[in-house]
Amino acid sequence: MSTEKKNNDPAEPGGALKEAESRLHYAVRELSQSSWVITLLSVVVALVVGALLILATNPQVQSTMGYFFAQPGDFFLTSFEVIRDAYSALFRGAVYDWQAATPERSIRPITETLVNAVPLILAGLGIAIGFRSGMLNIGGQGQIILGATCAAFIGYAYQLPLGAHLLLALVGGALGGAIWGGIAGVLKAKTGANEVIVTIMLNNIALYLLAWLLRQQWFVQTGSNQPISAPVEDSARLFGLLGGGFRLHAGILLAIAATVFVWWLLERSTLGFEFRAIGENPEAARTAGVNVPKATALVLIIGGGLCGLGGAAHLLGTEYRLGAGIAGTLGFDAITVALLGRSKPLGTFLAGVLFGGLRAGGVLMQAQTGTPIDIVLVLQSVIVLLIAAPPLVRAIFFLPNPDGKPRSTGRRRLRNQQAAEAAEQPTPTQEVSK
Amino acid sequence: MKLQLKGVTKRFGTFTANDRIDLTVQPGEIHALLGENGAGKSTLMNTIYGLYSPEEGEILLDDKRVTFNGPGDAVEAGIGMVHQHFMLIPVFSVTESVMLGYEPTKTAGIIDFAEARRRVQEISARFGFDVDPDAMIEDLPVGAQQRVEIIKALSRDARVLILDEPTAVLTPQETDELIAIMRQLKESGTSIVFITHKLREVRAIADKITVIRRGKIVGEALPDSTETELASLMVGREVNLTTQKDPAEPGDVGFSVQDLTVVSRAGKVVLDNVSLDIARGEILCVAGVDGNGQTELAEAILGLREAVDGTITLDGTNLRRMSVKDRLNAGIGFVPEDRSTDGVIPAFSITENFVLDQYDQQPYSNGVAMKPSVMREAAVEQTSRFDVRLGTVDDPISTLSGGNQQKVVLAREMSRDIRFFLASQPTRGLDVGSIEFVHRTIIEERDKGTPCLIVSTELDEVSNLADRIAVMYRGVVVGIVPGDTDRDVLGLMMAGVPVEEAYAQAKDHHTILGGADEGAQA
Amino acid sequence: MSDQHTPEQATEVETTAVQAQPLQEAESRLQPIKWKFPITYALLALLSLSAFTFLSPTGAVTQFRLATASDFVTLPAVNIPSFAGALVLSLLQLGLAALAIYCAARRIKLGVWLPMLFGLFFVLAFLIYAGAGRGAFIPVVTLLAGALMLSVPLIFGAMCGLVGERSGIINIAIEGQLLAGAFLAAVAASFFTSAYVGLLAAPFAGAAVGGLLVWFAVKYHVNQIIVGVVLNVLVIGLTSFLYSTVLTQNSEMWNARQQLPRLPIPGLSQIPIIGPVLFNQTILVYLMYVIVFALHILVFKSRWGLRMRAVGEHPKAADTVGINVARTRIFNTVLAGGIAGLGGAYFTVGQGLAFGQEMSAGQGFIALAAMILGRWNPKGALLAALLFGFSSSVGQVLSTIGTPVPSEMLLMLPYVITIFAVAGFVGRVRPPAAEGVPYIK
Repeated sequence: MSTEKKNNDPAEPGGALKEAESRLHYAVRELSQSSWVITLLSVVVALVVGALLILATNPQVQSTMGYFFAQPGDFFLTSFEVIRDAYSALFRGAVYDWQAATPERSIRPITETLVNAVPLILAGLGIAIGFRSGMLNIGGQGQIILGATCAAFIGYAYQLPLGAHLLLALVGGALGGAIWGGIAGVLKAKTGANEVIVTIMLNNIALYLLAWLLRQQWFVQTGSNQPISAPVEDSARLFGLLGGGFRLHAGILLAIAATVFVWWLLERSTLGFEFRAIGENPEAARTAGVNVPKATALVLIIGGGLCGLGGAAHLLGTEYRLGAGIAGTLGFDAITVALLGRSKPLGTFLAGVLFGGLRAGGVLMQAQTGTPIDIVLVLQSVIVLLIAAPPLVRAIFFLPNPDGKPRSTGRRRLRNQQAAEAAEQPTPTQEVSK
Repeated sequence: MKLQLKGVTKRFGTFTANDRIDLTVQPGEIHALLGENGAGKSTLMNTIYGLYSPEEGEILLDDKRVTFNGPGDAVEAGIGMVHQHFMLIPVFSVTESVMLGYEPTKTAGIIDFAEARRRVQEISARFGFDVDPDAMIEDLPVGAQQRVEIIKALSRDARVLILDEPTAVLTPQETDELIAIMRQLKESGTSIVFITHKLREVRAIADKITVIRRGKIVGEALPDSTETELASLMVGREVNLTTQKDPAEPGDVGFSVQDLTVVSRAGKVVLDNVSLDIARGEILCVAGVDGNGQTELAEAILGLREAVDGTITLDGTNLRRMSVKDRLNAGIGFVPEDRSTDGVIPAFSITENFVLDQYDQQPYSNGVAMKPSVMREAAVEQTSRFDVRLGTVDDPISTLSGGNQQKVVLAREMSRDIRFFLASQPTRGLDVGSIEFVHRTIIEERDKGTPCLIVSTELDEVSNLADRIAVMYRGVVVGIVPGDTDRDVLGLMMAGVPVEEAYAQAKDHHTILGGADEGAQA
Repeated sequence: MSDQHTPEQATEVETTAVQAQPLQEAESRLQPIKWKFPITYALLALLSLSAFTFLSPTGAVTQFRLATASDFVTLPAVNIPSFAGALVLSLLQLGLAALAIYCAARRIKLGVWLPMLFGLFFVLAFLIYAGAGRGAFIPVVTLLAGALMLSVPLIFGAMCGLVGERSGIINIAIEGQLLAGAFLAAVAASFFTSAYVGLLAAPFAGAAVGGLLVWFAVKYHVNQIIVGVVLNVLVIGLTSFLYSTVLTQNSEMWNARQQLPRLPIPGLSQIPIIGPVLFNQTILVYLMYVIVFALHILVFKSRWGLRMRAVGEHPKAADTVGINVARTRIFNTVLAGGIAGLGGAYFTVGQGLAFGQEMSAGQGFIALAAMILGRWNPKGALLAALLFGFSSSVGQVLSTIGTPVPSEMLLMLPYVITIFAVAGFVGRVRPPAAEGVPYIK
């Protein structure tokens, strides 16, 4: 009866998608069960894939391929050099540049990594809250755009005292994201509209909304036809932490605070208990007295708020001017950050730093070796795909499966294991022998 | 066709679901496989049907060894199965459902619908089924859906038919019709394997009974064995089929619903002017076939469903406009119908499940932040009081058996101050030991003076617990009768026959199961 | 479940003493009247009356051009007085709205003709308003041809999504499949200097993405939405990376333009208005007609379609009748990927363009939207995709003749409509029941 109830209650729009959401929990749990080893190996595989791509497209390597059989050594040597140069540039751009002229320049990369990480962490946390609550918020992009837009407008259109201006701009950004997320949240709560679809649509709406706003003179306040806004006032900018040649700004403190807050929210607060409960089993949560529509809306409002804050921090700390490409690929990066961080606050923070590092390093790699930064997207997506499928990573490295059975029967084993779980559920037991 | 199993063993990881099963079903025999929930009956049948492949042993059909790589092979060999949860697709028509997997086609894989429809009609006619080949499955009542499943099996020339708990969703009268069909099939030489945990049914229907307990065959019996013999064989010890309880000492009315009306989201009236009064210290059972409004009644009382009309009164307070949380705090203790979807959150720890409906109440939280140590202490104390067998309370509740999960639910509800106890199918899917425990707990609660409302589709459970019985049919309370009312009367009422008429009809005509009862008592 | 069955529950039992009559009466009494649509019609009609009619400059004329050079008969341009035209159309809309209200109150059901007719009047009124007194012709053929052009990738994408989701695999990666198809089509066509080779290659790119999706979904039970999102990122990364390296290093060899030739169908292509729109197209568009028509038949009437739907609705039931669920899902998702890949070819060889980074520009998501709005039905998805294509086309045409409505608003329209659709406003959307759920025995 229960399965039937799930499958074909017609009054339930998107009943099936709801099932899909409960699957999300299976996925998230699968992710969290996979150890650090899997993560590390995934990164390794991604780097190997990246290396192969770089080799395949490198003109020097291609030319050595031409006489591969005459001098295979050339090919391998050139390949090695190309990869070494690319990845050392990646590392120098992200962590520590030992080739830099001054000590300050040497340590600048790690601060750049953190600069990149700020919006990723904030938005990643917003997405992660959704994942933990069973909601796939694909709308990071739109929420970031709205956050940045609101923060920017407050930042340049008003003159306010030093602290208040920044605070107001940040709050405005968070509100913008919260409203955008809230649309999806409220619609889901009220009508059951699937949040995946709604947030995807809202992303595109945000894009066109921004494009339209940037054509309005009352909005951009620049006096020119360029689709770019005036710069935000100094009083609204996130202040630098290290001064001088560094871009690192107070946004990183915001990111740390947000990480702690999200941890407290999910693990210690009653609201977080409701979030996790509706994520794992909305029916049981409802039966236990949780106001599921309210909690659903709140998840996307808070998640959207964090994404909006990410957009605001990006604008107020790094960009200062609002343009059509303000969000870049941040929204989708944030999803990969949350996935890599297994939807846990600390994990998301670290994943944000990792992907921020890839971006920072990618810039130097592009400048020094001509390897397009787009490769970072490839690395990111390969990592996330692999950590989502630990058996695949184990297979690549010929690692034994956790229960020590041979790999060849993996498929059947997985199936049986799950069947066993199903079979054991209603099973028998001690009471009988009592 | 003769079906024979020799030493069939099926393991899931370290758990042995079927341990060296030997079984022979003769042609034209109705063979009952009797066992508790979780004894391994369904696993065995799924193995025969090719859904699982056995680790050891062999399956023989007419003395020839067969191996199945999937249900397709089993069907090919002449095995048909009607699953407990029907394998029908709600948005398909009857014709589409029956032909699926065996579609008659014209060129380019286009289906020959006329031919497919003709096949359905032919089989319906042969067995006197009244099934419209163009009806949508989701529009059919459960009994008709079952017939579609049988047509499906027969259209593939099944000569061994496996029926998995086929009576669970039927009224006694519908069950009669099913039994007639089974006998008709038997006449035509089809062998039937009939899986059940209901003692009365096997005695009424089976030619031969095999009892399975914890994955092993523990004995065979003939239909003239007594229920007590079968029960002890099934459970492995002497069991009391009825729970001991003192007569109720009802006080004044503690809980009542008046004129409660609920409309489903599809706009249908699912609960029509239902009125019930429950006294303190009394158990009122709501009986009826699944889907006649009982679920909606329970949900409306708790507030999961909005009532369009009527009152729900607990100790003089009308709860109808309150939220679920307020109703729980007003003193409703609730055990939901489907433990795994409504009662617990499988991935949460036992502690978290223990506070599931009290998470924001004192002493477990201050309203904003939770107090993990207080929660844990309470969970440890109460789970041991309710004798929950567990590792630690920090384990996910999914690591517990169904019976133990239900005990956690009971511990949660009974350990707070409740003024009304409401349970829906409190023992569904549990083994006999757990059932006894749950029943004892409920009776204890009654004896403390709490009004109790128990919804159950199992007549055994109803007659075991009830001080009074309300029978529901199509959203209406057909009548309220004493707890010891004859099953035939209840059966007729479950089909919508008013009380007096039901008494009169029951006198003239006994159902097959009712008749078997008489025999057992004689 | 119980909702639906309750009243019919025991019709099988002979001893039905309680009659169903009072219940049904109660039902019709309690059934809420659905005011949503009539009110929407009324509001839209009032909008049309107040904005389109009274904001049209007085005395202005809207000019429509209906002809192209190759028609049998050259239709004359049509001049419509803006105010009068918009007024008549608005009044017609009001009439339809009134009819809808009357029927709703009487609980009479109306067919689909009403929304279609209403939509037609509304759009015409809008066009009259937008073109009023501009002095420029509204090129009807260009408008419609543009609508079809813009719809092509959407239709392919929607068909892809439909085939995948009907077999239970949610496909968010349509965007990536379109992009991959566009990329491989451009590269293959350029390398072999033949647009047709590009057309042949494109499906393999889409199928490869589909293959990855279904591999992770079926073998590793990874959440399909997540795989889809990540695959989009992967395809964008890969194609952009290759574009910035190989394709720009030697664009003559790898990214030279190739265009599929137009193949006018003799006779049909000369019918006024619809001829040049529908029958003077490339082979890709004709292929699209074939695919949509074939799916329309096959999804509901063929063995393949029946099994696909069974697997998407209730995989276990399919398994118990011997249908291999995993194989069905893999086959269909890869096939669907091929369809999307073909659609991607439209961006490059279909229009004679070189490959550009992220050139699919979110069309995959609109395709997804079209599929949902079309309720997982080939015909519905086709209509929805055409609607979206039309709204973009109107946006483009109006931005050239200059109009009071910002083009961003028209470009937003598909997304807004889809949100209304999934919020249950345009009727109940009911996806395949087992969509997104891995089948684990």
